[in-house]
Amino acid sequence: MLENLIEVARHGPKLLRAGAINVSLLFALIAVGFLVGTVIAVVQVYGGRPLRAAARGFEWLFRSIPAAVLMMIFLYGPPRIGVGKIDPFLAATLALGLRSAAYQSQIFRGAIQAIPTGQMLAARSMGMGRLRAVASVILPQAFRLSVPGWSNEFSSVIKDTTLAYLVGLNEIMRQAKTVYDGVHMRLAMPTLIFVALCFLVATYAGNYLLGVVERQFRIPGLQMPGSGRTMEHSH
Amino acid sequence: MSPLLRVEELHKRYGSEQVLRGVSFGLEKGETKVIIGPSGTGKSTLLRCINRLTPPDRGRVWLEDVEITHAKAQINRLRAQIGFVFQSFNLFSHLTALGNVRIAPMRVLGLTKEQATRLARAELRRVGLGEKEDAFPAELSGGQQQRVSIARALAMGPKLILFDEPTSALDPELIGEVLEVMVSLAREGMTMLVVTHEMGFARSVADEILFMEHGVIVEQGTPRQMFTQPQHARTGEFLHKISELYGEAAS
Amino acid sequence: MTFDPAWLPRLAHGLQVTLSVVAASIAIGFGIGILLAIGRVYAPRPIRWLCAAYIQFFRGTPLLVQLMIVYFGLPTWGITLSAFSSAILAFGLNTAAYQAEYFRGAIQAVRGGQMMAARSVGMSFRQAVVLIVLPQALRIVIPSWSNELILMLKYSSIAFAITLLDLMGQAKRIAGREFMYFEIYLVVAAYYLALVFIVSQLLRLLERRVAIPGLGAPGESR
Repeated sequence: MLENLIEVARHGPKLLRAGAINVSLLFALIAVGFLVGTVIAVVQVYGGRPLRAAARGFEWLFRSIPAAVLMMIFLYGPPRIGVGKIDPFLAATLALGLRSAAYQSQIFRGAIQAIPTGQMLAARSMGMGRLRAVASVILPQAFRLSVPGWSNEFSSVIKDTTLAYLVGLNEIMRQAKTVYDGVHMRLAMPTLIFVALCFLVATYAGNYLLGVVERQFRIPGLQMPGSGRTMEHSH
Repeated sequence: MSPLLRVEELHKRYGSEQVLRGVSFGLEKGETKVIIGPSGTGKSTLLRCINRLTPPDRGRVWLEDVEITHAKAQINRLRAQIGFVFQSFNLFSHLTALGNVRIAPMRVLGLTKEQATRLARAELRRVGLGEKEDAFPAELSGGQQQRVSIARALAMGPKLILFDEPTSALDPELIGEVLEVMVSLAREGMTMLVVTHEMGFARSVADEILFMEHGVIVEQGTPRQMFTQPQHARTGEFLHKISELYGEAAS
Repeated sequence: MTFDPAWLPRLAHGLQVTLSVVAASIAIGFGIGILLAIGRVYAPRPIRWLCAAYIQFFRGTPLLVQLMIVYFGLPTWGITLSAFSSAILAFGLNTAAYQAEYFRGAIQAVRGGQMMAARSVGMSFRQAVVLIVLPQALRIVIPSWSNELILMLKYSSIAFAITLLDLMGQAKRIAGREFMYFEIYLVVAAYYLALVFIVSQLLRLLERRVAIPGLGAPGESR
């Protein structure tokens, strides 16, 4: 056992370098998810009927189709319909990022709807246009209300970066496999435990940082009614 | 003859707060005693200590010749003989009125479903709710819920019933129906220990009134004594204040 | 786009595997989850901590890692399981942790007076939990539990990574043989969409069937 641990430790730096790919993917997913999710949420609340329907359809598709299937579609779809070859990182970013957007939009939508209508009225009464009011008055409040739900989503996305393994991205799980594949099967357990610990640390660190950010931006009296009971969507 | 219920030197503290500081009294079979006193003076705690829903720190309680507070007492069997009616009813939310009254006779006393159902129906009729047996708690008014909870206590054939401010959570117009049930129970000879602010009830039904303050019984006596010539100034002040607060109903 | 009807029997077989794995792991997770939740709410401190640690580990690490630990890791310790058993075990242990958290929330949402009233009529602690608290908690938990079941259904599609021939595994196999990657995955996506839709409707039906007036999730805000 001990010699196995030492041997795995030798591979530590390699695994951590691969982990950096998970981290890059995490940022890409969060960025795509945040931007697209915000747009979808705003469209769902303020958009016209056809736009609203489209946004709802988007949400439904990306929340109902499993992540693994989405990634395959984004990996094999573009060449098939003549867009050209797409590398696994981009395929994973699009598939998992848009999926996160669907979940994030749900969180933001709930937050936007929780803001009293008087806020919009007050903004409009001062001459702001609808879009201006959304950007300057509604969203800054909505994002703060979204923090608990969004933190859950963040933890989910950290873990979901491993799913890119399924489209062959050279991330930490795949590197781990190269350590224990073939003749070195006895290394599988210590290697995978090491990876699991990395994720425990990453989840804790992520939540800690989010807590710091949340305190930075907290405004007294601005909280989701009955907050703290949002659901995770990822394992 | 030894009393049905005997309470000796009960003490209870929550953190640094001494809630009960040595409470003693007895209750004869068929008696109704009413406990009054300002809120926060340990009345509810006292009731809960009697059947150990809250464990007392010190002191003893006997039901007839069985010591409830004994470490080896079969507490569930004893509780089955002591009815408890809560201020907030605490009807089981997932059961109908009938289900609420029936479950303990079935699961605790071991009656068959048919026996328990027959018994439960009789008790619901006794509190005037024979028609409501299929209603869930959320479908009943507060007064009706409290009457179901009295039926739930009665179905166990208890030796006595403890009432913890049974009308305090009710809208004024619903208090009467609950008090009516309690009055008729007292008249039928049920042994009752009632914490309440309903002075009208205390005056007309109680064999004895206990005035509690700061975790001790300050004074006890018949309603006539207590209302006309209280021995302690505090008793008189309290009774005066409460009858002002509650107006006609209290006098 | 080309769709070969010859795919259907194989996909049907895969579907069967998917449903079996999900049903078995959800059932395992349900049993362990309830025990963990009761442990977290009512048990004395050391047991409460153990339950919390279990939940922390399984919620803090990716499901794929857990799946690999069972399939590739356990043989290191002399325990070798088939892909099918590995998937059920890993998913079951994982969903147990999530279900436990939902059960715990539901148990805590049952008002404290219910337990007290149950004890006041002479019920033992066990009777009070089984007859009074759990029947209410299980109704309160249905919406979040449904969500969990559907998540498991979707996440089960990662098990092709350990060679399981579930819906996704069969698709990958067909795709590899016939070079019809895009098409087959679109078909599989449709399968999952239909599956998720049907299951969520069934769960909604269940929720309505066992509904009791006044007994819902408090502050439904999802």
